[in-house]
Amino acid sequence: MKIRLDTVVKTFDTFRAVHGVSLEIESGELVALLGPSGSGKTTILRMVAGLEFPDGGAIYFGDENATDIEVRHRGVGFVFQHYALFPHMTVGENIAFGMKVSKTKRSATEISGRVTHLLRLVQLEGLQDRFPAQISGGQRQRVALARALAVDPKVLLLDEPFGALDANVRRDLRRWLRKIHDELGITTLFVTHDQAEALDLADRVVILDKGKIVQSGTPEEVCRAPASAFVMNFLGDANRLKVTVSDEKAQIQGVVFDADGIADGPAELFFRPVDVTWREDGHGIQATIARVIDRPDSRRVLALTVDGQSIEFDAAPEFPFRAETRGFVDIRRPRVYPA
Amino acid sequence: MAKAKTRRPPRIGEAPVFRNSMIVIVLTLVALVIVAPLAVIGFEAFSKGIAYFAKTIANSDTRHAILMTALTALIAVPINTVFGVATAWAITKFDFPGRRLLLIIIEIPFSVSPIVAGVAYLFVYGLQGLFGETLQSADVRILFALPGIVLASMFVTAPFVARELIPLMQAQGRDLEEAATSLGASGWRTFFSVTLPNIKWALLYGVILCNSRVMGEFGAVSVVSGNIRGQTNTLPLHIELLYHDYNAVGAFAAASILAALAVVTLIAKVALERRGAGRVRRPSLAGTAPATSETTP
Repeated sequence: MKIRLDTVVKTFDTFRAVHGVSLEIESGELVALLGPSGSGKTTILRMVAGLEFPDGGAIYFGDENATDIEVRHRGVGFVFQHYALFPHMTVGENIAFGMKVSKTKRSATEISGRVTHLLRLVQLEGLQDRFPAQISGGQRQRVALARALAVDPKVLLLDEPFGALDANVRRDLRRWLRKIHDELGITTLFVTHDQAEALDLADRVVILDKGKIVQSGTPEEVCRAPASAFVMNFLGDANRLKVTVSDEKAQIQGVVFDADGIADGPAELFFRPVDVTWREDGHGIQATIARVIDRPDSRRVLALTVDGQSIEFDAAPEFPFRAETRGFVDIRRPRVYPA
Repeated sequence: MAKAKTRRPPRIGEAPVFRNSMIVIVLTLVALVIVAPLAVIGFEAFSKGIAYFAKTIANSDTRHAILMTALTALIAVPINTVFGVATAWAITKFDFPGRRLLLIIIEIPFSVSPIVAGVAYLFVYGLQGLFGETLQSADVRILFALPGIVLASMFVTAPFVARELIPLMQAQGRDLEEAATSLGASGWRTFFSVTLPNIKWALLYGVILCNSRVMGEFGAVSVVSGNIRGQTNTLPLHIELLYHDYNAVGAFAAASILAALAVVTLIAKVALERRGAGRVRRPSLAGTAPATSETTP
């Protein structure tokens, strides 16, 4: 089922949570809404679900205007951040709940057959008589998913699906969710503030800031060509240097970088810590090493330029230099954005 | 070495002298203030034998007072239960203007002396009161009759159920109801199969506290009932009347019934507390707790 949001607006009391967001999600696509807290991503997800209603704009499911359809008739599967499993029901009863309350009557054997099938799908066979309190967080997450899938939703919506889990479980579940999605081919929209999660899992990443979409594209597109300084910063560690642009060339301490399409005047130069080579000859921006931090697989070097701007970069574990060493920072893949 | 060990208290504030004197003081106070008077009730009630006790209880006025009390509870408790659930639901699940004000207003009966409530009802429904003449011309009796007693009892016990439910429902949040609705459940279905099972112990706890207060209420009821023997007397009022009649044994016998009701309530309360009611957080509510260490198969 294709989903389309048309200039959706939502305001809470005085706080404008979502400003005119338009978005299309193709049938069968897995899309991540990525943004810092307060960027409106959860509000958008809840509006698609029908748990909140937009103040303006419209939401279409296929060709049908779903804006005013109540959540219980909208046919979405929603997985809550804290799972929201019914604590007084067993795992099996939780999964069966949606089928029991549904208008399409199913026989008891049909329901129990489907519960067994779903438990196998989420790899939790044999846990159906446990209560939510008796299983682990990762298992609860999968029960919540099975429960959402039980009602044959047109769309699957997940709110920070792995937010409450520890790092290892998180990575496993991520890969597993991708597999389930590829098996079922259900249109899926999920919310996260974790860049790695969004890039790892999604076909397309929609990056939000202050209630607006700032960039939307495949993980490759957003990583290789961040549309703004915000996206560059948000997707990963980035260094920022103040530069001056004239004639589409950015200049800092006599070093020149391409700055196509950037207006003359002050601007900002961004680059990743891995895109730096430390040189002793005169190639690059002059700097002094301030500190070296050791990490299991590399060394992180903190350096200061002559005019006092700080740069962090990654070097091989064999990097021999210490604090106070003078040298040059050679930057690969620089990006210039207006200040 | 051993000497030093015995002299030093195991923990701060546990010096033997301090510890023992505290325990003795508390036990003495409990015995004097709580246990002794209750024991006296039981003792005095049966001081002229079981036969006399039975005869006193069987007295038609006493029987009527018991009936009145039971009837009042039977009407006031269910109404206040529904009111309490609705209030707790509204306050915890919806945002609306005046929500905080409502939270304060339902606490008023706790802080206001019950007699004030009684006098207020006198003012509203009494002959010289706001609706007094209208009611009289319509031949509706509220004061000095069952409706007045029920209304006064309801006023006094209005917060009991809501007070138990609000903290619990606040801790539970709206996630469960939203989940049920997103799975296609109707409002009623959500309430009965998701909300109610998760609040049932706290609800029962509130109902029991409410019931014991309704049965024992004296101040508010004494103002509005008019104290008519055999007609508008509830059990607590009847006990006072008997006592003023110098019928000490009768008073104690009636009081022992009320005390027995209280004991039953207490037992039910303890049993419910064991199931986790009456606490803000339920220990078994694990759905919201983030799991920290775990393994995925």
